[in-house]
Amino acid sequence: MAQTLYDKLISAHIVREEETTSLIYIDRQLIHEVTSPQAFEGLQLAGRKPWRIEASFAVPDHNVPTTERSSGVSGIEDPISKLQIETLDKNCADFGITEIEMNDIRQGIVHVVGPEQGATLPGMSIVCGDSHTSTHGALGALAFGIGTSEVEHVLATGCLWQSKSKNLNIEVTGILNENVSAKDIALYIIGQIGTAGGTGFAIEFTGDTIQNLSIEGRMTLCNMAIEAGARVGIVAVDAKTIDYVQGRPLAPTGTEWDKAVNYWQTLHSDEGAFFDKTLCFNAEDIKPQVTWGTSPEMVVAIDEYIPNPNNAKNAVEKTSWENALNYTQLTADTKISDIQIDKVFIGSCTNARIEDLRIAATVLKDQHIADNIKLALIVPGSGLIKKQAEVEGLDKIFTQAGFEWREAGCSMCLAMNADKLEVGERCASTSNRNFEGRQGQGSFTHLVSPYTAAKSAIAGRFC
Amino acid sequence: MNKFTTLTSIATPLDRANVDTDAIIPKQFLKSIKRSGFGVNLFDEWRYLDHGEVGMDNSKRPLNKEFILNNPKYKGAKILLARENFGCGSSREHAPWALEDYGFRAIIAPSFADIFYNNCFKNGILPIVQDNSIMDALFAFNGEIGIDLDAQTVTANNETYTFKVDAERKRRLMNGLDDIGLTLQYQDDIKTFEKTYFKQYSWL
Repeated sequence: MAQTLYDKLISAHIVREEETTSLIYIDRQLIHEVTSPQAFEGLQLAGRKPWRIEASFAVPDHNVPTTERSSGVSGIEDPISKLQIETLDKNCADFGITEIEMNDIRQGIVHVVGPEQGATLPGMSIVCGDSHTSTHGALGALAFGIGTSEVEHVLATGCLWQSKSKNLNIEVTGILNENVSAKDIALYIIGQIGTAGGTGFAIEFTGDTIQNLSIEGRMTLCNMAIEAGARVGIVAVDAKTIDYVQGRPLAPTGTEWDKAVNYWQTLHSDEGAFFDKTLCFNAEDIKPQVTWGTSPEMVVAIDEYIPNPNNAKNAVEKTSWENALNYTQLTADTKISDIQIDKVFIGSCTNARIEDLRIAATVLKDQHIADNIKLALIVPGSGLIKKQAEVEGLDKIFTQAGFEWREAGCSMCLAMNADKLEVGERCASTSNRNFEGRQGQGSFTHLVSPYTAAKSAIAGRFC
Repeated sequence: MNKFTTLTSIATPLDRANVDTDAIIPKQFLKSIKRSGFGVNLFDEWRYLDHGEVGMDNSKRPLNKEFILNNPKYKGAKILLARENFGCGSSREHAPWALEDYGFRAIIAPSFADIFYNNCFKNGILPIVQDNSIMDALFAFNGEIGIDLDAQTVTANNETYTFKVDAERKRRLMNGLDDIGLTLQYQDDIKTFEKTYFKQYSWL
């Protein structure tokens, strides 16, 4: 029977089937410092051991400072952040789990490091105590975020109970407009279907627009699947996927490589496979996107205006829009490009890969940030991306343009480390969530692509 | 995990859609390496007027009187009424930990985000989905609401509404069962699976 890619991936991992739920085997568990300490503690208290040590791969990212790190973990100023990273180091050492520590050049955001190291491979089942685990679906893997109880469950049993999601095919066709990237596609789709539009579904992104995206672009798109409510976002394996994986430190080699490639080439939805729902979008309709509110679905194109709550489709949406405008201190019907910004953040598991930095550098070359920009940050997704950017001379372009060039980590995407917005500050950010207080209490986040972030930094307003 | 069988309580009406887990428990409190003590910081940015940090004496902080949790009428409520897509965003289990620690044992909403919904069951919290029309009735009703998990009913204002819940999740929640212990009963199945699996996918 014709199967969807998601169905194939689930089927390959079923250990045991019950009436409404299945026990799924987990190939890879990615671990970071925020959602794992209680899981390790639970394991210790119950006297349990990890089921399969090799399945786990850890890296600290949420709390790490992006400034000077020469004193190592002991030099982290915030004692609670420091303790959380020390706890990860200790847990990994105690249990024998592979960890890329903070001062290792390979350190970075877990969803950037996994694919970069080949810890993420097509066909794998991958979990992490982080909702943006959907990112890894860009390589044709079954990847989704879980809570800490499930982190402990996977550590202890190597498996997870899962009820199957429904299949949603999001097809995007046509040639993208100039300066429109995967981030704009993601925001545009979320604007159309809402942040709960994908709830209960696994989204497969299909169509020639998606096929034409680089693997980095596909990661950006799958990363944002969770902002559309879907735990899983996947793209079928093709030649680009296989090229991307080849030669990665943890990728197979020799005859094992050939065997793996043979299997990976089957990782696509079969002709005629059943999707519970299919939505089609035309790439030509997508312009650069900017969010205006406190949910990723509150988004308009760069040449549009903030919508008026009087035009909301129902009372709940009207209240949400009013609350959002009240929080963000913006007025309905304002042209989005008239809004001035205070800070710019280019980074996060959504947009901190080398391709994102190259796009930003193209815009920023021989330019300078506007006088009203108090701080412009570029935080690469990993130490290796940082190094690559420096080899290409991108760091010089950034610093000459007035940006700060930092060490790898999650940084101002969620502001758990020292990088945060102050009350009342407005930021053009390449991250993934514009929730109230996300980048700092009382601050305002506008989600954009790296291109729009860089252009807006120069203009001092959305551009 | 605490068992859940029946519950009778007044309900706190949180009349907002898309309440995200960042709002339920802001990131600064995620730095804790413990599982307990998050209740005092539940909805921190809405609940208090100042900026909350770990280690503050929360009893001395200025309260936002406008926020529903601070309305004395709802003191001791064990049921939270919410709107669409409750618990969206981050997968942080600190969100249900905070709700449970505060005292909520059930949340009734028209829809929940997937990861949050799943996390509730791991922490003895029952998330119940009801249609918007029923939600409106529950929001309008200010009295005690009764929940019976075995019967799968919500009773309010002399009306009884049924709800759906996965049979296995219901069984585990009603008995307060430890998921890991249950799964380990199948360790032979897991080992058998691994043998075939790693032969077929030998590069893993």
